[in-house]
Amino acid sequence: MSLIRFFKTIFMIDFLTGLIMAIKEIFKPKKTINYPFEKGSISPRARGEHALRRYPNGEERCIACKLCEAVCPAQAITIESSEREDGSRKTTRYDIDMLKCIYCGLCEQSCPVDAIVQGPNFEFATETREELYYNKEKLLENGDRWENILAANINADSSHR
Amino acid sequence: MAELFIFFEQIYKILFLLIPVLVSVAMIVWLDRRVWAFVQKRRGPNVVGPFGLFQTLADALKYIFKEIIIPASSNKVIFILAPIVTMTLALIAWAVIPFSETFVLADINVGILYLFAVSSLGVYGIIMGGWASNSKYPFLGAIRSAAQMVSYEVSIGVIIINVLLCVGSLNLSDIVLAQKDLWFVIPLFPMFIIFFISALAETNRPPFDLPEAEAELVAGYQTEYSGMMYAMFWLGEYANILLMCAMGSILFLGGWLSPIDLFPFNVIPAPIWLILKILFLFILFALIKAIVPRYRYDQLMKLGWKIFLPFSLIYVVLTASFLMYFDLLPGN
Repeated sequence: MSLIRFFKTIFMIDFLTGLIMAIKEIFKPKKTINYPFEKGSISPRARGEHALRRYPNGEERCIACKLCEAVCPAQAITIESSEREDGSRKTTRYDIDMLKCIYCGLCEQSCPVDAIVQGPNFEFATETREELYYNKEKLLENGDRWENILAANINADSSHR
Repeated sequence: MAELFIFFEQIYKILFLLIPVLVSVAMIVWLDRRVWAFVQKRRGPNVVGPFGLFQTLADALKYIFKEIIIPASSNKVIFILAPIVTMTLALIAWAVIPFSETFVLADINVGILYLFAVSSLGVYGIIMGGWASNSKYPFLGAIRSAAQMVSYEVSIGVIIINVLLCVGSLNLSDIVLAQKDLWFVIPLFPMFIIFFISALAETNRPPFDLPEAEAELVAGYQTEYSGMMYAMFWLGEYANILLMCAMGSILFLGGWLSPIDLFPFNVIPAPIWLILKILFLFILFALIKAIVPRYRYDQLMKLGWKIFLPFSLIYVVLTASFLMYFDLLPGN
């Protein structure tokens, strides 16, 4: 052990340097946010809670092509479809098991009409498992609630699609 | 009737001491987490109550309602007794701490020995908990803790001898009053540093938190505990830390005395000074928790036995020779 090293150890120079640095750090601005009261920014590509969108005239976008059901790696999506009176093919059942879902975003990518999308909402924790088996009404309701943000996000990300 | 009156008076006095101590233990846990968070540029608990001050009370409430799980293979009586022992020993030591010239629950003549004895007994709670759990990790944690606490008590004992040489009395109030002109932290500065580091080891605080090293031992002797029993270990641990801070401020920082006997300082009541000194030492504890990595076990033992013990022994000789040569021995 060299002499300098010895005196550094005896007088705890390294330790005191660390202590002074720690005291300085206390007065610096915080890096974390006050989460429930203050939220961080979310990318337009964020893959959160699912939603089924509508056209501006209120018609469902989904055409029951079942591409999302086919591509879903977790097989979380179940679709049943039938022909409506006006001859258009529409879903009668569109269920997503949010517990199976791995939030990969493949359903959103595969959708030819931008019907199923993943919004920026990630705070949909529930008290029971059953509440996380989303059906068509729930997904459409999500779409209606988040439509402004969803449309803006799709628009913001459109140049990369 | 008179006996009953004395009995109730004592109960009242004890409650008057213990309730503030328990409340300050709760506050000190909050302070610890807060300082730790601030050093890491986090916010720490700040939601429950003003500045998050009631976080510990909320946690304690949660612990009360949690189920107490007693392992089937454990020694049930000792298993239940262990947290009670830890908590009780951490609290009874406060009886001799003098908060001012008059405010001390038991002004016994061997106060410092009592304090030292009770803090040494603290290891029993941990050994009992680790042994009675009948499981690998608690057992290893308890062994480590026992060895560590015993080693560092030796050096604390020798450090206390240094102070006692300068005072000439084992009474804690006398120790404080002997520092009226000069706090012992100035002539015995190296001893203060060693006392502080030994106190860290004694209370199993980082960097010496090997008994509960989570990376190696899950949670050490607390692994099998849950609910209120875990909370009692936890409260006992923090009460012990607070006690060590109080011991440090009485032995070296002049206890309840104000730093200078001048106007703005000497009107502040004596207990406030002691509390401020305890807080200062505790914030140092918390800062150290935030900045240092954990020691390796052999390094810990080497530090205790090969460095601290000889150094404090040499310092005893130095202090004694100095006092003898300049004829400063107390009582002369």
